[in-house]
Amino acid sequence: MSLLETKNLGIAFGGLRAVDNFSINIKEGELLGLIGPNGAGKTTIFNMLTGVYLPTEGSIYIDGKKINGKKPFQIVKMGIGRTFQNIRLFANLTVIENVKIAFHKDMTYNTFTGIFRLPKYWKEEDEITTKALELLSLFDMENDAENMAKNLPYGKQRKLEICRALATNPKLLLLDEPAAGMNPQETKELMETIHFIRDKFKVTVLLIEHDMNLVMGICERLVVIDYGMIIAKGTPDEIKSNKKVIEAYLGS
Amino acid sequence: MTQFINQIINSLNIGSIYALIALGYTMVYGIVRLINFAHGEILMIGAFIGYFLAVTFNMSLIPLLLLSMIGCAIIGMIIDRVAYKPLRKAPRISALITALGMSMLLSNFFRWRFGASDKIMPEINLIGNIPMPNITIITVVITFMCMIGLQYVITRTKTGQAMRAVSEDKGAAQLMGINVDKTISITFAIGSALGAVAGVLYAINYGNLEPYMGTMPGLKAFVAAVLGGIGIIPGAMVGGFAIGIIETFVKGYISSAWANVFVFGILIIVLIVKPTGLFGKNIKEKV
Repeated sequence: MSLLETKNLGIAFGGLRAVDNFSINIKEGELLGLIGPNGAGKTTIFNMLTGVYLPTEGSIYIDGKKINGKKPFQIVKMGIGRTFQNIRLFANLTVIENVKIAFHKDMTYNTFTGIFRLPKYWKEEDEITTKALELLSLFDMENDAENMAKNLPYGKQRKLEICRALATNPKLLLLDEPAAGMNPQETKELMETIHFIRDKFKVTVLLIEHDMNLVMGICERLVVIDYGMIIAKGTPDEIKSNKKVIEAYLGS
Repeated sequence: MTQFINQIINSLNIGSIYALIALGYTMVYGIVRLINFAHGEILMIGAFIGYFLAVTFNMSLIPLLLLSMIGCAIIGMIIDRVAYKPLRKAPRISALITALGMSMLLSNFFRWRFGASDKIMPEINLIGNIPMPNITIITVVITFMCMIGLQYVITRTKTGQAMRAVSEDKGAAQLMGINVDKTISITFAIGSALGAVAGVLYAINYGNLEPYMGTMPGLKAFVAAVLGGIGIIPGAMVGGFAIGIIETFVKGYISSAWANVFVFGILIIVLIVKPTGLFGKNIKEKV
């Protein structure tokens, strides 16, 4: 059973067809890479999957349920979590607050209960504080919990983004260039982290990446797009020798 | 010396009211980057609700205040839904002009329904049969309670956390499962409820109310919010008291006629010298 399925997904901005006829199937537990040259439409696809852009055609299903037309926060509840290409943490909030915000969808107390600190407030706040700290400690960041997110070093900010996305308890995790700006050592660590996340949280991962080492090293399957169209699908080895892909990347 | 102490007390009194209104301006600005010029009219509506409750039901201050807050919170949310929400993606200037229009609509609607003449706010009890003590003390105490409550909501509850997250980055917040529209609604509700408190206290302090009463305090509170750094909550509190002090002392020691000159002069000076306000950080535009 496929976790995510898109059928003929497409979007046009005015006369520009940014993505066209994009159909993929992701199975549960899979680690799929989405690659392509700059401007190919990779992030646009992520934005459609998460409801930021409304596709002009085609449909998206998660677990067999149609999601296009839903609001981003509703899609998060249905199980898609994501990170951003350019880090978009809540810079002036603490590390733990960043994570706690992602847990909000599981909290039910209302503003009134919050103002008067009724028992339910304590129960839920304590619960998510514990959960958030546990999650942070998996990434060795529990000691940074009270720091402002903007004061973290770059590598940790990237980690915190992943951590925050995991806190939304996704079935499908979308990582938008997680290795952007990292050195080879950090990239290697990141690869291990992504593997670890998938096994630990039983989450399916769809990853956009430019770093070929990372992509070839961890993805089981790759989808290559160029000018908004899928030009190749297959295992890393198949992709490496695919003529069209080489052309798209190096020019003909 | 007595005069000096009196001026201090007066400035705390009016400063509290400005601070309460300024909080509404600054909260809304922080979350949707909109100067809600209709906020002064919320103060007027709050005062009118209080007036009608006092006249018809002979209600005492505390229940009257709570009902007026609820009423204004609902009206604030409706204003957002009807006037500002459709313009969320429009250029900011459109929403600003809408806010000015909303302000005129509300005050003129009240003039049309209830007449332009001054209404006298009746004497009311504090709660039950306990008579009202000195109104200045009540004003300052209630204001501080509201501020502590607000600070607590903002820093300690998930509602406040969501508000701060939305004010930092709407896009990222909604992709973490936060309902942005709901969060904005709650912000308008809380800001308007504080405006209602200011309105009721203002009407009791001055003893009367009329449909245009919100305009001047609204504008001065806006100056207060800018002085403190618009979008920054402690800034609005400090700015409100600062404007209260300046206004009272100019009235007391120079001349009543000069008070507004000084207050609005501050707006000009702040905008020239430190546009981000006392508490604001200078953000350099990255190229």
